[in-house]
Amino acid sequence: MASVEGSGLELTPVPPAPVLDVRAERRRRRRELLRALVRSKTFIVGAAILIFWVVDAIFWRAIVPHDPLGVDPIGTLKAPSSAHWFGTDNLGRDVFSRVLAGAATVLVIAPAATALGLVGGTTLGLITGFYRGWVDDVVSRIVDAFLALPLIVITVLVLASLGRTTLNLILVIGIIFTPLIARTVRSAVLAEREREYVAAARLRGERGIRIMVWEILPNITGPITVEATVRLAYAIFAATTISFLGLGLQDPSPDWGLQIANGRAYMQVAWWMVIFPAAALGTLVVGVNLVADGLKRVVEE
Amino acid sequence: MSAAPPVQTGAVEIDGLTVSYRRRQLLLRVLTDVSFTIKPGEAYGLVGESGCGKTTVAMSLMRYLPPNAVIESGSLSFGGDDLLAADERTLRRWRGDRMAMVYQDPGTALNPSIRIGDQIAEVFRFHRGMDKQEAREASAHMVSTVQISDAAGVLRRYPHELSGGQQQRIMFAMALATDPDLLVLDEPTTGLDATVEAEVLDLVENLRDQFNTSILFVSHNLGIVARMCERVGVLYAGRLIEQGNAREVFRDPRHPYTLALLRCVPRLGMRKDTDRLDPIPGSLPALGADMPGCVFADRCPIARDRCVESPPELMPVSDGHMARCFFHEEVPDIPPMAAATQEDAAPVPDEVLLQVSDLVKTYKFSGTEVVAVGGVDVVIKRGEVFGLVGESGSGKTSFAKCIVGLIDVTSGELSFEGMDVSKPAGKRPGEARRRLQMVFQNPDNALNPTHSVRAILRRSLKLLAGVRGRDQQDHQMNDLARSVRLEPRHLDVRPSALSGGLKQRVAIARSFAGSPAMVLCDEPTSALDVSVQAAILNLLVDLQRRQGVSYVFISHDLAVVRYVSDSIGVMYLGKLVDVGSAEQVFASPHHPYTEALLSAIPTFDIDESRPRIKLSGTLPSATDVPSGCPFHTRCPRVLGEICRTEVPPWQEDGERHRYRCHIPPAELEELQKTAPEQAEDVVA
Amino acid sequence: MTRYILKRLGLTVITLVIVSFVVFAASQLLPGDVGRTILGPYASQQQVDALDKSLGNDKPLPVRYWNWASDFVKGDWGTSPVQNVEVRPLVLGRLKNSLYLAAFAMVLIVPFSVFMGVVAALKYGKLADRAISIIGLSFIALPEFVIGVILIVVFAVQLGWFPTSSQVPGTNPVDWFRQLLLPAIPIMFVLFGYISRMARAGTVDALQANYTRTAILKGLPRRHVVTRHVVRNSMLPTITVVSVQVGYLVGGLLVVETLFAYPGIGQLTLESATGHDLPTLEACVLMIALIYCFANLIADLAYGILNPRVRLA
Repeated sequence: MASVEGSGLELTPVPPAPVLDVRAERRRRRRELLRALVRSKTFIVGAAILIFWVVDAIFWRAIVPHDPLGVDPIGTLKAPSSAHWFGTDNLGRDVFSRVLAGAATVLVIAPAATALGLVGGTTLGLITGFYRGWVDDVVSRIVDAFLALPLIVITVLVLASLGRTTLNLILVIGIIFTPLIARTVRSAVLAEREREYVAAARLRGERGIRIMVWEILPNITGPITVEATVRLAYAIFAATTISFLGLGLQDPSPDWGLQIANGRAYMQVAWWMVIFPAAALGTLVVGVNLVADGLKRVVEE
Repeated sequence: MSAAPPVQTGAVEIDGLTVSYRRRQLLLRVLTDVSFTIKPGEAYGLVGESGCGKTTVAMSLMRYLPPNAVIESGSLSFGGDDLLAADERTLRRWRGDRMAMVYQDPGTALNPSIRIGDQIAEVFRFHRGMDKQEAREASAHMVSTVQISDAAGVLRRYPHELSGGQQQRIMFAMALATDPDLLVLDEPTTGLDATVEAEVLDLVENLRDQFNTSILFVSHNLGIVARMCERVGVLYAGRLIEQGNAREVFRDPRHPYTLALLRCVPRLGMRKDTDRLDPIPGSLPALGADMPGCVFADRCPIARDRCVESPPELMPVSDGHMARCFFHEEVPDIPPMAAATQEDAAPVPDEVLLQVSDLVKTYKFSGTEVVAVGGVDVVIKRGEVFGLVGESGSGKTSFAKCIVGLIDVTSGELSFEGMDVSKPAGKRPGEARRRLQMVFQNPDNALNPTHSVRAILRRSLKLLAGVRGRDQQDHQMNDLARSVRLEPRHLDVRPSALSGGLKQRVAIARSFAGSPAMVLCDEPTSALDVSVQAAILNLLVDLQRRQGVSYVFISHDLAVVRYVSDSIGVMYLGKLVDVGSAEQVFASPHHPYTEALLSAIPTFDIDESRPRIKLSGTLPSATDVPSGCPFHTRCPRVLGEICRTEVPPWQEDGERHRYRCHIPPAELEELQKTAPEQAEDVVA
Repeated sequence: MTRYILKRLGLTVITLVIVSFVVFAASQLLPGDVGRTILGPYASQQQVDALDKSLGNDKPLPVRYWNWASDFVKGDWGTSPVQNVEVRPLVLGRLKNSLYLAAFAMVLIVPFSVFMGVVAALKYGKLADRAISIIGLSFIALPEFVIGVILIVVFAVQLGWFPTSSQVPGTNPVDWFRQLLLPAIPIMFVLFGYISRMARAGTVDALQANYTRTAILKGLPRRHVVTRHVVRNSMLPTITVVSVQVGYLVGGLLVVETLFAYPGIGQLTLESATGHDLPTLEACVLMIALIYCFANLIADLAYGILNPRVRLA
């Protein structure tokens, strides 16, 4: 800033405003995000539950007091005691061990199905949201038709036709998730594509794929993350319901849904066969939902 | 509070108001020790840029602050009553009855699910105890008071069925229904078209005569405040830094900030060749920043040590005029900072750059067809700045988007540097993209928030200038940054870390990366603070001279357009109605619409009373463009049948000016020496 | 408005047609020959083929689809090879039972959920709001069979207040509660979670809108502002959610009906899927889709009526 000559007036220099570089800024952002999450009590509780079950799913073999598949013809339908904290089932197996082991199955199936749905759904959502036109119209009609049938009904149909394998279960849930996630991604994309930086990219001659992946996608990670956690909760819900209906995993798997289905017949005499797996499943699902809710609040800031 | 003599109703006294906002354990100070009074029946204007706290003052008066706001100290009294001590029930009685408020964006301010009549009637039913029938009659009466015809019909409608101007009139009707003592107006005309804005301001003046209410008029627009208010107060960073009689303050400002504010706004007579705008260096202090001395010291041209050490009090300048500056006597002598540019413009060959022939753009909306651009012909030469003017529905945005290739053209020819550019940008030759670029209105939206500035510019350099290789790109980037006065430290950050002005510089650099021959500027300064606008306008003018670039410059601010443009085009309902050199278009004879637009600009020269030209009726819908001359439904100089039945021809006024009208130039010039007969019942 | 309704109707028809494609295609994939299912494992292949031919199962796919679809629309839904009864009365009867259960649950919980959602919004940020939100969230999370199983063990087995399996109730209102309350509770939980959340969000948006600010600055009493200005606008998004929930309701019914052995359409769907009862399965799924589309149509209609922008267009 020059001084204006002769008038005795001096222009004061303006101090440069402090400005962080990209890496420092990214670190600061992440720290702020974590801090906000930690402040949310619902998130903390949910995360704690989730972490507990994940650790259990990985390390159950080291924790279980008895073999979850270990049959004991003499000690069947025993009430909870110091030897068997959760009692034994109709085949004499220790319910506590089976409950601990059951987390592993659902915590493999659900994330896999969600991941599949995420990949498919994000791609589909980006394409329909960005290009619109007849592709969007046709796909939207098909998606609406899918939604007319509840997830459970479709899954029942498909599994009954194609066979009850774990892979099929993951595929079915994942494929059904695809249009659901695509819808959320699509509305996020619809909002972003009106922003002027997208117009600027078009004016530069950027190709469609580059705009979708490089310009728009980084700006919609928030809604996608929230959607992913919500879907994860639903995947757990769906997978265990399917097992309960008898179309999922088969005996002697310690899957919780299956345990509850088996235990139904013995509800009058051995309530512990049903209540403990139900409680375990309940806590896991509630935990994931609390995490989803906490994330949602923070993302919406 | 002092023991005052009996206070009249409508008098407002604000004393030492200090307000902060609580944000996550911190208290951010928004207003510091603000004091002023409003006499009964007086209009007091409160001006300042965004973030200065003027809306907080208005909301404090209505006692409607957000829950995290804290009134740390001060007193608010209204007609002798203590506003701060009033409880919820008392406030509810006063609001809508003794004090009322009208603010911006009337479209969202009215409940979309309730009929207009019911929304007005509520005020009568709850504050005056009227029954349904009485309230309906009183509402109808208010609707005609605000000069809307067919009151009964309007009462039955829903807000979305009214135009913006009509909606705002309804807000006034609700506010004045109970003849309040105080009317608080917070940017009531921001967002409205220029002609509609002028109508609404006329209405306010009209109503003042009828109702004798005290008014607090909050606005960032100095011209409007100069027109409407007797006294004015200037806020900067939450402090009242100057106050006094409006005419006097604007004619003889005594605070460096007020002076700077007046100097950085282009006024109608200014031209880029002869006058330079004075930007204010630096930027506004951060919200809640603690400054030991004068809050303006770091940007002030006459600041001294004393200014930085101790905060100045309000010093008396003359009767009623006060300024918060130790050295207010020196203010009139502060010279303009920048002299008019001396550097020579780059030599530019005299040839046609862009040729537009019969451009038509129509949109299809579920069955109906909307003609946004109805056949426009324009020729723009190399190095020429073409200003494009028009209100909402004029089609200027669609026109601009067609030129630059953001939307496809329905029919017509577009030729740029000999290349056919009637296709969208993606399908044009790369050379056309490089040479024809755009700067957008909103810098927050125009830069991808997840990319760093360096990445953004690198991409443009690669695609538009064909520069490959990181080193090459970085090297050229430094030159590019310097040309828009960005510093290297600005490059490695995300846009969110930069201020609005800096972001816009990045956007400009991005468009200039490929050395374009033409840049489309769509309201490039409208989203920026006034003090920053001048710097960006200066930059655009400099770049234009230095590189011989041509602009299509769109702005709703006629003074800015006049400042920057060599030639001007005026659009109305998709048609070009007036086009030619800037001087000629803005001087008589010109199209009656241009005449009306010019008369709508609020002016500082308050002594010179210019006749306001009112337009009758509302803007016709774009789905139903009137026959013959599209302007005939509102034209104050309409001839008669011929204007309705026949499309008006181009009238040539000299070599460089033509307009579409049935009145030839000589006759029109004679007519436009006097104001036309005013329209009776204005409904706009 | 008429355009709006017609457009929605058109879309519904298209959706149903696509659903019929999907259902038909899926049912063709089910393993197990129809003829074999009818005649059993001991019939000879010749006999099976002959039966297939007479049933028209050897014709090409599009022809079979057309025959099936046109029969269906005419009202001929075929005969169940497994249960040996006509499909239409079977499915419709079960549908009626399911509708009883669904209606029972909805009447009990929908108004309450909306009310709680609005209350939560009015007490934004306070304890009541957090509590309602967390409870709603947990209710959504818990699978119906988990809740159902716990309810059965506690209230039916241990306390004996309710039967462990439910039948279609008689006309006696006490009987309604006795048979339907336990199966209805898991459904009610999920409905509460979604509906209260949407009602809350819609109300929060309306409370923060400019028109609410105008109403308050006009000095209108708080109750009037809430009931007249806020609620009407906050109900718009809520209605959409309620209709979507009706769709999910049917999925939930499948699980609940199986758990409580209630003779509804959900249970029939599951039985026919596992039992390879093609005609019944097809009919069930189509009826479920029909109900869902119908509920959506009603919701669109209600939205159109409530929103003046749509109503007057």
